[in-house]
Amino acid sequence: MEILVCVKRVPDSAENEIEMNSAGNDIERDDLVYSVNEWDNYAVEEAIQIVDKVGGSVTVVTVGDEEADEVLRREMAMGAEKGILVNDEDYEGSDAKGIASILKSVVEKGSYDLIMTGAQGDEGYGAVGGMLAAMLDMPYASLVNKLETGDGKLTIGREIEGGNQEMNEINMPCVLSIQTGINEPRYVGIRGIRKVASVEIPEFDADALGVAAGVDNAKVKKVDYFIPETGDGAEMLTGSTEEIIEKLIELLKANGGL
Amino acid sequence: MTQIYAYIVHKDGVLDDSAMELIEVAKKIADTPVTAIVTGSGVDAVAAEAAKIYPEVIKIDNDALAYPNAEVVRKALVNALPADSIVLLANDTFGMDLGPGLSIKMDSSYISDIVAIDGVDGDLLKTIRQEFGGEVSTHTTCDMSAGAVINIRPGSFGMDESKAASGNVTDKSADAGDLTCGRKFVEIVVPEAGDVDITKADVLVSVGRGIEDEENIEMVTELAEAMNAVVSCSRPIVDAKWLEPARQVGTSGCTVKPKVYLALGISGSFQHMGGIKGGFIIAVNKNPNAPIFQVADVGIEADILDFIPELTEAIEEL
Repeated sequence: MEILVCVKRVPDSAENEIEMNSAGNDIERDDLVYSVNEWDNYAVEEAIQIVDKVGGSVTVVTVGDEEADEVLRREMAMGAEKGILVNDEDYEGSDAKGIASILKSVVEKGSYDLIMTGAQGDEGYGAVGGMLAAMLDMPYASLVNKLETGDGKLTIGREIEGGNQEMNEINMPCVLSIQTGINEPRYVGIRGIRKVASVEIPEFDADALGVAAGVDNAKVKKVDYFIPETGDGAEMLTGSTEEIIEKLIELLKANGGL
Repeated sequence: MTQIYAYIVHKDGVLDDSAMELIEVAKKIADTPVTAIVTGSGVDAVAAEAAKIYPEVIKIDNDALAYPNAEVVRKALVNALPADSIVLLANDTFGMDLGPGLSIKMDSSYISDIVAIDGVDGDLLKTIRQEFGGEVSTHTTCDMSAGAVINIRPGSFGMDESKAASGNVTDKSADAGDLTCGRKFVEIVVPEAGDVDITKADVLVSVGRGIEDEENIEMVTELAEAMNAVVSCSRPIVDAKWLEPARQVGTSGCTVKPKVYLALGISGSFQHMGGIKGGFIIAVNKNPNAPIFQVADVGIEADILDFIPELTEAIEEL
């Protein structure tokens, strides 16, 4: 099976405390730690497990800048055979539809049985996979947390409300967006990344793809960031650790917690 | 003026709360009457319920729509709705499945998970969204000039519970067109009941990503034992397989209503908080900007890896 997984380099939410910049219109980006979008990493692991079972190969693609190369190599160190980098400054500020249009042209340059994305990226739209499927006229399923291969089709589980799972059969070729928890992504060490350091990664720009995207073509645009005004919030306990614990135990007792 | 449609989610003949919420959203976009869309098989009663909320209801009745498979519903909507429509969806697991593809097939814009509307400027919808688990918000605009599919975060806009409308139901079943598609719904699998039932617990000691390592789970278990409480957790802990899925609190896990909820190293995403219905919430987190401090009753800024053993020891000495 030939599988294409779409990945993105994003600020690592586990590694960063998010603060506003001095101008107060964006988050402070200078010291952000970046990594592969968590959902995408599960998608790559799932793709590798499928190929291990039924044969074929996994290709990872990203739309980004030169630095996105490191994310492709990380996923190749996991076991993806090929990488594709789409890099053009004209693509900056693309909305989800722009990214999906770009990916559509990448898909059409190859021949894939299955295309995967993460269920969502850092901005939380969860839009690219479903848009890409509709553009390609392929069936789509989102929030996939179980996948079994079959003859010309897949049996997939979707995570729905209340911990329930919606089972579907889906014809290939298709597009799936993958939910976290579907597998246990393998660890990637420095040595693994070194092994793929010299693998050539083909790069495409807007001329090569012939797709217009970027901020000028975006229908959805982010104006600025801000810290939301909130209500009263929690009563913060302060003092030494002993004092805090003493107050906490009183509160636990008063509310039926002890 | 562009027509606004609200897709009605329903299950076992009962309308989802989002039915009462989407009409509030519509009022913030335009003064024009909003039309509810009810799809399904044998949905006369559901359409009648929707007509208590909406002035106009479109019904699309077809056996192929008996289960809301987003791929099938999308075809029905594309066939039945005019171009340039604004379609409102709840950003639940169905709306997330339907919205992106629907916007492509209707050749309109798509914006999802909006939590507020900050006004309309011509064709430009000014929305507020959240990023980084709710730590920061954004002003984001959506160009509606060619129509739009707008997914709203459930519970963000308030509900019109008056049920004072007596709307017209129009049967558009004949417009549904070809509904064949490459994805077939098979069944819903309900998780097996495990040994633990966090929904019945009076006191929950709940652990999140801040615990950092699997071996640290033990200190949470010890604290729970000292408090005679039950251990629950947020999604990342289950994804990492450090605790079983039956212990997960949130919209994709269990809904709980304990007397006391002690949240340890949990940032407080809306998906997590959506699973907590009442109780006294105490949050311990080393990040003072963690969104959970906005919703907790009491907060403690501390590293849980230091704090938990000290609290356990103090409680054991009582």
